[in-house]
Amino acid sequence: MDYFDIFISILGSAVRLSIPLLFTALAGLFSERAGIFDIGLEGKMLASAFAAACVAYWTGNAWFGLLGGIGVSIVFSFVHGFASITNRGNQIVSGVALNFVAAGLTIVLGQAWFRQGGRTGQVPPEGRFSSIVLPGADMMRDVPIIGPLYVNVISGNNILTYIAFLMVPISWWVLYRTRFGLRLRAVGENPGAVDTAGISVAWMRYRSLIVAGFLCGFAGTYLSIAQSAAFINNMSAGKGYIALAALIFAKWKPVPVMLACLLFGFLDAFANFMQGKSLPLIGEVPVQIFQALPYILTCVLLAGFIGAARPPKAGGVPYTKER
Amino acid sequence: MSTASVPLPAWINYGLIPLLNLVLAFFFSGLVVWAIGESPFEALQLLLIGALGRGEGIGFTLFYTTSFIFTGLSVAVAIHAGLFNIGSEGQAYLGGLGAALVALAMDRYVPWYVTMPFAVIGAALFGAACAAIPAWLQAKRGSHIVITTIMFNFIVSSLMNYMLVRLLIVPGKMAPETRTFLPGGQLPKLDWLIAAFGGKIGAAPLNFSFLIALIMCFLVWVLIWRTKLGYEMRTLGISPTAASYAGVRYSKIVMITMLISGGLAGMMALNPVMGASARLQIEFVGGAGFVGIAVSLMGRNHPAGIILAALLFGILYQGGAELSFDMPGITRDMIVVIQGMVILFAGALEYMLRPSIVRLYQQLTGK
Repeated sequence: MDYFDIFISILGSAVRLSIPLLFTALAGLFSERAGIFDIGLEGKMLASAFAAACVAYWTGNAWFGLLGGIGVSIVFSFVHGFASITNRGNQIVSGVALNFVAAGLTIVLGQAWFRQGGRTGQVPPEGRFSSIVLPGADMMRDVPIIGPLYVNVISGNNILTYIAFLMVPISWWVLYRTRFGLRLRAVGENPGAVDTAGISVAWMRYRSLIVAGFLCGFAGTYLSIAQSAAFINNMSAGKGYIALAALIFAKWKPVPVMLACLLFGFLDAFANFMQGKSLPLIGEVPVQIFQALPYILTCVLLAGFIGAARPPKAGGVPYTKER
Repeated sequence: MSTASVPLPAWINYGLIPLLNLVLAFFFSGLVVWAIGESPFEALQLLLIGALGRGEGIGFTLFYTTSFIFTGLSVAVAIHAGLFNIGSEGQAYLGGLGAALVALAMDRYVPWYVTMPFAVIGAALFGAACAAIPAWLQAKRGSHIVITTIMFNFIVSSLMNYMLVRLLIVPGKMAPETRTFLPGGQLPKLDWLIAAFGGKIGAAPLNFSFLIALIMCFLVWVLIWRTKLGYEMRTLGISPTAASYAGVRYSKIVMITMLISGGLAGMMALNPVMGASARLQIEFVGGAGFVGIAVSLMGRNHPAGIILAALLFGILYQGGAELSFDMPGITRDMIVVIQGMVILFAGALEYMLRPSIVRLYQQLTGK
């Protein structure tokens, strides 16, 4: 393989690895912009992956699987909302709790229902989102440079991948060009002002959490029935936290979120590729460096060394009406 | 009038409400057990017998309790200063490296009681080092400590992975772990403690670090409620603005608090690394850092409460392990569900029941 082929194949797997991050980070974008911290992204992703795999296994229909994933993820959002909006509990504690519940429940239920050590049954092909060959892929194959890029990176992904990228402009439009988005952002910056205007802060925040649950459902579904064909123990493997890092890295803005997710996906793909290989001049680079890089970059960003990352002002604070 | 400002007697605030929250958590966990077709009552019975029935069970229970006391204290100290340290997991993991390096260096020359103080210092130093950067970022650059400590959990995980797979591994062995420490690097078992109550410790790894944990509880109590530093920490935790008016130096207290918190988390490593397996293994912390959050919340951030809460989680861990043997339908991961429920009800939903209890209390006392 020459360098260009290697580059194309890394790029292709970078796109695939960034999709769950992208959905999850967009989910976090909606909830954090409305002032609700969401450490529970990881748990939501895991729970929805499990639900999607179960439903797809039983019904043999990928779309039902997606619905199942979204449904469970929204239920988790409601619990988070009930704790942190209605009862004004600590949002971080609630998120941590949901991560625990998801991690335990998926294994316990998986073992009870499938008896395969926490795995679900193998989802049949029609229960999965398979890859789509875009029109003209065959014709483009022999075109230099653009051809391989089109065939291996842009074409040949499953429908959820295209939906993920479509969600970026949609999220941007919803947040910046609709009344809902304006109010949602306002609720995260200054809930008091929104309340004065006669809009319910609690209901706004609940709606933002529903959107977050909806998007997280896609992420989980992608993991279990698009990227693989079953749910496996702890399959989210910290991706929820990476998505959180990407969200901070992108300073809570939709288009940078996409770029950050692609960057982190690329790091992941590159790390996989570099396993056991050595670079000229430097020698073998420990794969752990690539694994830690997103987290290190996020800390550096948070320290303000590459521009300030300012979270929404009212983030993490439960809103109490003045008495 | 809102019920939030109504004062309640201490026994309701610190006794009844946590107890009711705990009952709720167990109720929902019981629903899960029931949903997978097992009897929740039978499960609870098996769990309690498994954890407290025999000397060996008690030994295991107290072994887990030891770890949770350390991480619970770590979370609690930070909370008193208004800092939510979610990184105890990583700090404990790095603390293991500190303890292991001391044990590897000293075990062939001196007996365990000489090694121990150095190991305690080593573990605490490495744990504190892991907390130092997030603390500095919070104190000087205003980065949110929750996010940075989460990031550090992963950074430490990668670092330890590298250390164990590449540097510390025994040449020729497959498992990424250090060599087994000689007795000079091991903490002795507390078999006499179990024997004093007429039980046999068996294979249970309850060890000397249990006593260190109890000492730390006392020291934390002294620190928080009996020293100037603890007073400043609590002031900062209640109101950073008021604290700064009163002349408390924000960045100094944040740094010191997090170093203490990280140090306590690091000491947790003594228990599994030098007490149980006598070697540094990959992922040895196994979530104890996160359990510390639940322990601290349940124990209302007070050392006495933390001991009780850690004991509760110790019982859950040991009982849950036995339970999964006796009831094949239930896996060990049921404990994780229960933990999640406890964190949810005792932490995030801690005030859910308060308004109705206040109303009931007012009716009963006629106020």
